[in-house]
Amino acid sequence: MTSYMPPSERVWWKTPIGRDEVLWIGIALVWCLVMFFMMPYWHIYGKQNLSNEAYQTNAIQFQAKVDAMVAAHQVREEAHIPVVRPPAGSDVYMLGRLWQWYPILELEKGQSYRLHLSSMDWQHGFSLQPVNINLQVVPGYEMVLTVEPDQAGEYSVVCNEYCGIGHHMMLGKIYVTEN
Amino acid sequence: MSEEQERPEPERIPFMQRVIENPFLLLFLGVVMPTVFYILWGVMEIATIPVAN
Amino acid sequence: MARFRICPDSGFYFDRSAESLIKVNAVAAAVSLLFAGIMALGVILTRWQDVHLLPADRFYQALTLHGINALIFWIIFFEIAILYFASSTLLRCRLAAPRWAWLGFVLMVAGAVLNNIAVLRGRSSVMMTSYAPMQAEPSFYLGLIVFAVGALIGCFVFLGTLVIARDEKTYEGSIPLVTFGALTACIIAVFTIASGAIILIPTWLWSIGYINHIDAAMYRLIWWGLGHSSQQINVAAHVSVWYLIAGVLFGARPMSEKVSRTAFLLYILFLQLASAHHILVDPGISSEWKVFNTSYAMYLAVLASMIHGLTVPGSVEVAQRRKGLTKGMFEWLRKAPWGNPVFSGFFLSLVIFGFIGGITGVVMGTEQINLIIHNTIYVPAHFHATVAVGTTLAFMALTYLLIPVLFRRELFLPGIAKLQPYVFSAGMTLMILFMLGAGTLGVSRRHWDMAFTGSLLSFEYPGTAYVMMAVAGIGGVLGVVGGAMYLVVTVGSLLFGRKKDPEAGLLQSFGFPMSSGRYGVARAEPLPMAPRLSVEEHGSAGFEAPGTFVLAMTLLVAFVIYYFVNWDYLSSVWPLR
Repeated sequence: MTSYMPPSERVWWKTPIGRDEVLWIGIALVWCLVMFFMMPYWHIYGKQNLSNEAYQTNAIQFQAKVDAMVAAHQVREEAHIPVVRPPAGSDVYMLGRLWQWYPILELEKGQSYRLHLSSMDWQHGFSLQPVNINLQVVPGYEMVLTVEPDQAGEYSVVCNEYCGIGHHMMLGKIYVTEN
Repeated sequence: MSEEQERPEPERIPFMQRVIENPFLLLFLGVVMPTVFYILWGVMEIATIPVAN
Repeated sequence: MARFRICPDSGFYFDRSAESLIKVNAVAAAVSLLFAGIMALGVILTRWQDVHLLPADRFYQALTLHGINALIFWIIFFEIAILYFASSTLLRCRLAAPRWAWLGFVLMVAGAVLNNIAVLRGRSSVMMTSYAPMQAEPSFYLGLIVFAVGALIGCFVFLGTLVIARDEKTYEGSIPLVTFGALTACIIAVFTIASGAIILIPTWLWSIGYINHIDAAMYRLIWWGLGHSSQQINVAAHVSVWYLIAGVLFGARPMSEKVSRTAFLLYILFLQLASAHHILVDPGISSEWKVFNTSYAMYLAVLASMIHGLTVPGSVEVAQRRKGLTKGMFEWLRKAPWGNPVFSGFFLSLVIFGFIGGITGVVMGTEQINLIIHNTIYVPAHFHATVAVGTTLAFMALTYLLIPVLFRRELFLPGIAKLQPYVFSAGMTLMILFMLGAGTLGVSRRHWDMAFTGSLLSFEYPGTAYVMMAVAGIGGVLGVVGGAMYLVVTVGSLLFGRKKDPEAGLLQSFGFPMSSGRYGVARAEPLPMAPRLSVEEHGSAGFEAPGTFVLAMTLLVAFVIYYFVNWDYLSSVWPLR
């Protein structure tokens, strides 16, 4: 009689299927295909995609790149953290460490930058607010993506991967200025 | 299948039904699929990330 | 050698050792849920910013305990109970290797205790995910490994029981659909545990200093083979529970064995690929890998869930219509036993899992959309809809079904039991919806203080985010109340519930068998095939379940709208490439 008894037919594979089921399976399959093809479609026509460009690195090597950028392009300091204004179109670096994003970046609206992210210690989460772009920052790996800030303003980088007791104090900043 | 010898049925069990009724074949498929596509492919992706200069 | 008793109410056959094992696993599950629920209260009352109950260290400790106990121990203990029930009881077969099953149970308990003690000692507040290189105490990992070995033994006892049942011909024809669903859960569990072994054994060796490096990216990849697949065991298990409850309450039969079993086959093949949902914004992994895996190879496992979404309520509708409830689209549903917590728990679990858990899961598992959702509080909102309501509420409903049958006790405080599914799902739904909203505003998960007190820099979330977290807090507290009601009813039934069998004493509630005279059936009658329906009842001429079809189409419309709303939201953020 029921779902917890053996099927009433020995060869249940050949029992005809009800019309509503067939129709629903067809509709659902079409929807699944639509959802699947949306992803490659967005890679071609959408503006928000990850390049997945990345390199194996280590804390010392990445820190050296960050320091070089800070030395070359620092414009001021805020809360003892250097504020860096690298030229438009250049490679910019931000590192995560317990419990800070370093340094503060100042970018120009409408320009694109190759943003490099890595962690010095544990895993961190790069969560750009209030835009709400979220990336995983993994120690030992340098992630590269090209960003194009499209509105001027002050943005914060929240750490949204749990990284110990000071996790909630881990904030960073990105300024976007009008050109 | 052993049940058939007892109750002879003219109808052959279709291929897909035989697959679904073979728990160890399903176990094999259910472990191999994610191991190949998720784990092995994924490990290869990470292992081939180039070293930064 | 006599070993079975027949439940006079349900007709189920309970093998003596299987009965004890089902009971002890269910009790261990309830204990884990109790612990998880207490910790849940600490977590939600801290995330509710106006209350902000716990200090940071206690919050992360409570969150770690809540996650592991709710997502691993509660559900896997319960699932082992389901595996034994679906093999031994449903197939009327003796349990294979009961001694091994006991060994597995002892290992699971030992592992769970070891792991919990490690976290309680305060130096292993690493969250359920314990992402390397953050390190916990060695006994944290060892506890999980020991637990997993125990669970693996349980899986093989289940498979062994299937083999014995087939060899000893305890059933005619094919195994029942519910048992097939349990087999699906078991197969996913084997992959889950294998992934866990691959990553947790080296991590444990690293924590004792035997290995000096664990690669963080590799850890994430393989750990999620464990972390996500363990939740896919749930999906397969609770879908089987849905079919079981539909069968027991309504005498429902699957609309089509072929369709439902094929859907489970799609789970076996594809469901576990979705572990990739967690890796979508990780560095260095190609979009080809991400798109293929995150979509379960073209959403074939989503297709399977959508099929179950039609066929589970559809089977109820068909059964109800056959009983004469044919008026309009929804008489079958209106006149369902809404006062019976087995039904209300089952149906609310189904609806909330599908409408909230399913839709949000697919949306956030879309490669690019994950950019605006990853690690926000949207993520726990989603999996509370799937696991805390979908799985947990289905298991709660099953408990109400099993207390009279398995434990031979009447429900304690049936009035509370009647309300419990409503209170629990109302609270959880409120919490989930507002956490989804807060996540859309960027509020982070696993975060002690959304005001960032003590930071050198400052950032303020919009006021609405605070309001949403407060409403989520109220919902969460209500959910904890609902969970407590469940535990009061179940534990109360085991301790004080009226005995349906004079031998169902206190010790029997906790796994001791009744006297051997109770297990007087040496060889069970072979389980017959379900009776055939007459041809005209097959009803393939028209729609068998028009009401369900309308519900399913409603789900689809909500799904499509919500999916494209999120693409639109994504298109508004900074261009990235």
